[in-house]
This record gives sequence, structure tokens and C-alpha cells, in this order.
Amino acid sequence: MFQVRIHGRGGQGVVTAAELLAQAAFDEGRHAQAFPSFGSERTGAPVVAFCRIADTEIRVREPIMTPSAIIVQDETLFQSVDVFNGLLPTGYVLINSQRSVAELGLLEFGSTERFVTVPATELAMEHLGRPVPNAVLLGAFAALTRVVSIQSVIDAIGKRFKGKLAEGNSAAATAAHDFVTSALGDQSKEKTHA
Amino acid sequence: MLKQIEGSKAVAEAVACCRPEVICAYPISPQTHIVEGLSRMVKSGELTGCEFVNVESEFAAMSVAIGASATGARTYTATASQGLLFMVEPVYNASGMGLPIVMTVANRAIGAPINIWNDHGDSMSQRDSGWIQLYAETNQEAADLHVQAFRIAEELSLPVMVCMDGFILTHAFEQVDVPEQEQVDLFLPPYVPRQVLDPANPISIGAMVGPEAFMEVRYMTHVKTLQALELIPTVAEDFTAIFNRNSGGLIRPYLCDDAETVVIALGSMLGTIKDVILEERERGTSIGVLGIISFRPFPFDEVREALKSAKRIVVVEKAFQLGIGGIVSENVAMALSGLPIRSYTVIAGLGGRPITKASLHALFDEAVRDELKPLTFLDLDQELVDRELIREKG
Repeated sequence: MFQVRIHGRGGQGVVTAAELLAQAAFDEGRHAQAFPSFGSERTGAPVVAFCRIADTEIRVREPIMTPSAIIVQDETLFQSVDVFNGLLPTGYVLINSQRSVAELGLLEFGSTERFVTVPATELAMEHLGRPVPNAVLLGAFAALTRVVSIQSVIDAIGKRFKGKLAEGNSAAATAAHDFVTSALGDQSKEKTHA
Repeated sequence: MLKQIEGSKAVAEAVACCRPEVICAYPISPQTHIVEGLSRMVKSGELTGCEFVNVESEFAAMSVAIGASATGARTYTATASQGLLFMVEPVYNASGMGLPIVMTVANRAIGAPINIWNDHGDSMSQRDSGWIQLYAETNQEAADLHVQAFRIAEELSLPVMVCMDGFILTHAFEQVDVPEQEQVDLFLPPYVPRQVLDPANPISIGAMVGPEAFMEVRYMTHVKTLQALELIPTVAEDFTAIFNRNSGGLIRPYLCDDAETVVIALGSMLGTIKDVILEERERGTSIGVLGIISFRPFPFDEVREALKSAKRIVVVEKAFQLGIGGIVSENVAMALSGLPIRSYTVIAGLGGRPITKASLHALFDEAVRDELKPLTFLDLDQELVDRELIREKG
């Protein structure tokens, strides 16, 4: 079972992101369970949503405490939330930031091929005209983990949104996917040379 | 149709397929999405022949439901938590008058202290209200139980509460084979009321009954409620024949047959418990779990039969009677009267406290060694409680 924990701030759409990811997995014929961290949600407050993906029925209903991957929609969360809590040693980390992992001072938390940053807010502004990074990050997530394909992410976006919102989010998600693919490619090249 | 869908939306679609004629509700989280979905379907014309009544309170919601049902309309409402408590007076009237209203209770704690999260405190407070109570383990079952609930309610002329865990189920976005209109039409015949309030043929429903007959009327409701013990399994079988899946029934045993230890629970925590039980089995522990779907009426014979060869039982429940202990465990104890079975009661998940696999493993390991206290509060911060008790003494 692959377990994803999505950290963000109220209004950034953590629940939508978790549901889009679940939809993408469902469309690939797998079982998925997305759910919010239940509480009084306030705009700007730290919030969490979860998504489990498995090949068989998912029965467990506990919160995800040992995630296989975390997605951080807002880099300012590091000051107030222990987003890495319980992350598996083999876990993936995806952070919405213009800065690199080293620039964020987070190198100690993961190996580079499983730990990337992507400027999702900027990509959302460019393609969508709105600073909403949630769906965009799923494109990057597909490139980083390959748990779902970018096509399934785009299809899920198409089911959730209409018209320009769907087009913009799909374009931004694709751009984020390409960004991460190329970043990971550069890393593996550097390794080969080293 | 198999969909990836929010639990509340799946229930809204299932209820719509039941062709309700009156839906009235006062929105309260976490069931709001259900009636929101239904109100949209009524407004858009997707759900025809249905009046959606926006009322000013839960008391009004149940009162409108009673009025609508008494005129012969198939009637639905939904509530939770304080909302359910606010409608308690008409809740009792609905059952006393034998009106087959179906109501979702999206289970949530009752204050004070204020708490918006899930437990079974709300519906458990209404266990003696004369309503049939069915508890859903999954969103699939929640959707399916609503379809079955209308049949059960109308065949017996009794109201049915479908209880589904608030947030944990209502807000979970997962795979549900949502009942389709053609299937529901095959399964659920149009509602034929036993009696109808009609100005052309005036009758009284719920009139005053004095000491000479009140007991008989209450006893009749008791007898009708017990008839549900025969009807619920039949309805579940009919459901399987049409929908090709198992949903509903009275109880659901899992790895119980040869188990020395049997866990008993209601609702969505059964999923987590089953995963834990399977892992315990792989370690060689002789353990199983019995899910109770029909809590009212309580299936004494079926529970006794399912547990008769167990050495010990562990009842895990999301509500309790202050000053006494377990609610479910008390009912199970009645079913097991005279059998030499050790019994443990575990109160868990109050006010949304997560019920984790790790805590359940530790709990069941203690139970198997018979080291569990008769009444345990799972993951209770005993130190905090002790400190506060000392402080209060002054």
C-alpha cells in the first residue's frame, strides 16, 4: 500500500489534491481512499489530507502515520509543522518551492532522488493565472513516484474541473511533471559522472 | 456504477434512487453534503416527484418528516450529534406512530465539551427510541443500507436510522458501487402506507391513549421491532440477488469460527480491526471479529450462536454509559447469559480520537493474555486525568 500525506494551508486545496490522486489511481484500476484530517478548517491554518493507494480493498481507517510520500504545498509550513513525522526511510518528499532542497536546509531529511522541489505556485500562475498549487503538484508527484501516470492525473483534473480551469491545471501539472523528470535526469547524470 | 466518490455523495445518490417524495433537513456537519446533494438533484430536476423542505431546526425537520410520512409520502431526513438531540421528542413520536421514515445519522460526539468529531454518542442515545438502527462498516454498505432501510421501514411500518461514522465515512473519497435506478426499482416497490392522513377520509394518528391501552400500544411496537430480526436478513438476501453483492443483514463474522478471542464492534472501525485481526492470525493468535449491523433490534440469537465457542470477547465501542460502562457490551452480555465466556469492554475513539492499528494490536495482545481490565479506555491519558482529579479536590 502506498500512503501519501499532503500538507498545506486552508484554502490551498489539500483535500482536492488527495481526491484527485485517488481518482487517478481508481482510473488505473486500483483501490484508493482519500480523506481529510477532520477539524475546523480556517483559511491559512495548517491542514492535512491523506490518500492511500493499493491493489486490493483498503479497510484501514487510521490516519496515515508512516507515509510513503509527503507533499508540502507551502514551504512556510516547516516552521510550524513536523511534516516529516513518520516518513518511511524509503519515502518520497515533494515540496512546492522555488528553492532547492539544499537552499531550504532540508538535505538531512532525504536522499536526493526521492526528494525534490518544484515551483508549483509559479507554474500555476503561468498556466492558470491563480496561485493554486494542489493539482500542479500531482504532475510532479507522478514524475517523482510513478505511482500514477501523468495521463491519469490529467484525466482526473478533467473530471474535477471544467473549461479553462481544467486546461490550465492540466498544462501546469504537465509542466511540473516535465520539471521533475528533468531534475531527476540531471541528478542521475551527475551521479554517473561522479 | 462503480465510482470514486465521497461517502456523503454516494448516500445522496442512493437515496435519490429510492424515489423519496419528501426530504426535509436542517444542515449539520458532517451530513450536510448528503442533503446538499439531494437538494441540488431536486432543484435541477434530476430527482423528480420530490419536495425538498428547508426547515428552521432539527425539531422541525423531524416534525415535517412525520407530517409528510403520515400523508403517505416516502420521507427522508438526515442529522447528527446535537441536531439529533434537538429532534428527540418527534423522533420518539415517529416510531410511536409507526411512520416508516428513513434517517441518516452521520455519527458524531455530543457536547459538552464542544466536539465536532466522530463517535457513537449521538445515535446510541436514541437506542431505545423505537427506531431500527443499522450501522454501516463502509461507504458501500452505507449506500446499500439506505436502499434496504426503505424496504425494512415500509414493510414493518417503523422508522429506520442508518448510522454511518461522521467524517471517517461521510468525508472519505473511495470506491463505491453506487446503486442504479433500474436495480433499486426492482428491489424497492412503491410505498403503500398502512394508513393515510387524508382530509377526505379523516382519521387520527398518534391520538391520546390512556392507561387502559398505552402498554398494549408500546408492546405492539416492541413486537414489530422484533419482526425486523426476521425481515432484515431476508431483505439483505433479496438485495444480494439484485445487486450481486453482500450488504446489510444482522451481523457479520470475520474469522470467527474457530477463534478463542472474538472482538465485537460496530461501524467503520471494523475495517481497521479486520486488518489487525488478519495480522494477529498470521502471528498465530486465535482471534476473529464480529461486526454488528443491526443494533436495534439486537440480534441476541445470532450473536450467541456466533460467540458460543469463544473463550473471551472484547467489545470495542465508541460510546459509553457514564457511571456504568459499555452499551454494546451490556447487550452482548445479555446474549451470552449463562455461557462461560470472559468479557472485556473497551471504550475507544471518543470525540474523534483515532483508533490505530498499533493500539489495537497492543489491546488484543493484552486481552489474549487475560491481562485486560474489565473496562478499558483505549489510549486514555491516565496521568492527565489523575492530575486533574487531584487539582479538582483542591
